[in-house]
Order: sequence, then structure tokens, then C-alpha cells
Amino acid sequence: MLAKRIIPCLDINNGQTVKGIEFENLKNVGDPVELGKFYSDNGADELVFLDITASHEKRKTLADLVKKIARKINIPFTVGGGISSLEDADMILSAGADKISVNSAAINNPELIQQIAEKFGSQFIVLAIDAKFENEKWIVYKNGGRIKTGLELFTWTKQAESLGCGEILFTSMNHDGTKNGFALEPLKWLTENLNIPVIASGGAGSIQDFEEVFKYANVEAALAASVFHYKEIEISKLKQRLDKKNIPVRI
Amino acid sequence: MKTAIIKYNAGNIQSVAFALERLGVKPVITDDPEIISKADKVIFPGVGQASTTMNYLRQTKLNELIPTLTQPFLGICLGMQLMCNYSMEGNTPCLGIFDELIQRFPAANKVPHIGWNKLNNCKGPLFKDVTEDSYVYFVHSYFADQSQYSIAESNYIKPFSAALQKNNFFATQFHPERSGKTGEIILKNFIEL
Repeated sequence: MLAKRIIPCLDINNGQTVKGIEFENLKNVGDPVELGKFYSDNGADELVFLDITASHEKRKTLADLVKKIARKINIPFTVGGGISSLEDADMILSAGADKISVNSAAINNPELIQQIAEKFGSQFIVLAIDAKFENEKWIVYKNGGRIKTGLELFTWTKQAESLGCGEILFTSMNHDGTKNGFALEPLKWLTENLNIPVIASGGAGSIQDFEEVFKYANVEAALAASVFHYKEIEISKLKQRLDKKNIPVRI
Repeated sequence: MKTAIIKYNAGNIQSVAFALERLGVKPVITDDPEIISKADKVIFPGVGQASTTMNYLRQTKLNELIPTLTQPFLGICLGMQLMCNYSMEGNTPCLGIFDELIQRFPAANKVPHIGWNKLNNCKGPLFKDVTEDSYVYFVHSYFADQSQYSIAESNYIKPFSAALQKNNFFATQFHPERSGKTGEIILKNFIEL
């Protein structure tokens, strides 16, 4: 049985991990190499490494940093932030990443998803989506949540799936940083209507939040940052609890 | 001892190299047939698309070299699939070391199969000290059925081959280099063959 994945997210700014409330007031929470190693030794199933300033500053993800992290860890590792071409994807993979995630670049040029899927395989590409619930609709934002697009979440995810995207990483901007739980309803829609795995992101505050998102929305993975970075939740304890609740996890 | 990692236009080569370095082995990443032939161990990693990578292997004649190798050889993920007869991905004739067809998981289910899944029916030297039901990391949309070559199985939608062996040729559908402690044991077993 495929285990549900617990994924700490390392948001990177200028080579340091950061986590903000609602994408603002960024605050340093540590060295990404050390954090990556710590998590891989303590039960994390995967790491996501997002260079959150990359799109905004039109800067490439730091391949050197990717290499340093990959050298240390023995669990899978996704890298995103400013990946806008096949060459970028190739560079990140060569540096030791297992998957790449694209966000703004895929909104600007949806064919990028297809190009990457055709060259490397669907399983190599994760589409990260930041969306906000406004006027009864989930509206997609780009450039780290700074620019509103005309896209609606469900239409966009369907299109991405048909273009060959391998996985969806959905962050609810309404929930991110609030620690009030994941955005259950849109996540449930995504898992029921897509044939690719869905990673829930944004809003994790307690062990119950994880339990709920796996039970109710049936997502394949749940991602969080600050609750792990500040050690409010220990991954090993979280997994023991999920296991007791009959949610399959790797222990 | 020299371990060669076959360099070709597929990804994930660097993470395999790092995993070996963590075990104290410094691999050579090369597409030079002579270095590959003389290596004590050869690893054929892979993340990518079957037809594109097979084209590259044909251009570089690595497709002719690989089946003739006699030292312990380990294909990983796409590497394993390319060692089979034929892949439905891009309808691609492959290397034919294992008389196996690589098929796609049925579209009615979530594909790719991404994540940690359990190993069953592990046998042979590659799985020495690996306990039944250990979790390893998979990322794939295509698979090989259980067969005479299976040395480990897993189950996603249906049982499938998690690893294959024929003589000196070993192959895993999962990524040992990304499978935590269990993966380390498997790579170490291969290095010590």
C-alpha cells in the first residue's frame, strides 16, 4: 500500500530557509542544508525546496545549494522557484534534485509543462499552484502570490493534467500561515477529479489537521513548513498518530 | 574497485553518485565504452522518457555495449525499464536483457505511482538484510509484471516487479538512492557483490 507522505517545505530566500505569514514578514528559520539533513534523519518522506523569491527577482534557483542539500540527504527532493525553461529543469536535475516544480512559468507558458513532460517524463514535473478563495471561486495567483491571474484553480489543474503534469502541489493562500487547518474542500475536489497525486499545502497547525486532510480530502501528501521548522510538530510523533488512525505511513 | 555510472541524457545521475559517496564509493560518471567495460560495477540510473533515452543510447552505441557486460550491473527506475524488451512509453524497443514488457498503469487510477511503498517477496543478494515490508521510494508511470526475473515485488493497483535479476544484471523499479536507510542497505549490497 502506498504510504501517505509528510513533506517539510524549505522556502528559500538568499540561501536561507524562511517562512512567512500569508507570504509576508519573512523570517529566518535556519540553514537549508542542516534542515534538509535533520528532516531526512527524522522521518520526513520527501523535501520540497522552493526558492520563493526566484520568480519575483527573475533569478535562477541556486543550483549549488541544491547540490549541497542533495549530497547530504537520502530521501526524494523537489526543487522549484524560477524554473522557466527546459534548460533550467535540466540544470536543477543535474544538481541532484529528483523532481522540479513550476508555478508562474507554467501560467505564462502552459506548454512548458508539456515540453518538460515529454523530455523528462510526467513524474518529473510538479505543478505548484497558489490560489485564493474570492467571490466563490478559487483564483490562481502567480509570482509568489503577488500577481492575480485570470485562471480558476479547477480549470487550471485539469489543463495541467492534460498537458502531462505529474503531481499538483496546491497552496491555499487563505489558509497558509494561519495554522487553522488545510483547505479541505478544494483539496477533496482535486483528489476526486484528477488522476494525478495531490499534495496539500497551507494551514497545517496541529496533528489533527494532517489526520483530517488525509481522511477527508484523501490527498497523497501533506506539506508544511513552520510547524516543523519551529518543532511544534515532530514528524515521528505525527506519523505514529496517523498510523494509529489507520492512515498508511512509513514508520 | 571502480564503479561506473553510465552517463546519458537522463536525469538523476547526480543523486545516485551522491548516494554512493555517502557509502564511501567515489563513482566515475562516464559514457566511455572502455571505462564502462573495465569497471567492477556498473550503475544505469534514470529519470526520463523511454524513447528519447533509447535514441540517445543508440546514437552512442551504448545499446550494443550494455547487454554484453559481465560485471554486476544495476539499472534503476527508467534504467530498469530500458533493460526490458519493449516499453509502451513512446512504443519503444529497448535493450532486451529481460524478456519483459513495460506497460502503463491503467488511466483510471492515479498515475504516476509516486511515493513510498512496501517490498514483498524479496530474495537474493541485493536484498540481504532487507526486511519484508520495508518501504522504498517509487516514481513511475510504467511497470513490469511479476515474472521469473522478479526478486522483489510491490503492489500498486496490482502486484508488480519492484526488482529484477538475470545473472549479473540487477534492476530496481524504485530509487534506492532516495529510499532512506533501506535504500542504503540495497546499494551497499550491490557494491559488495
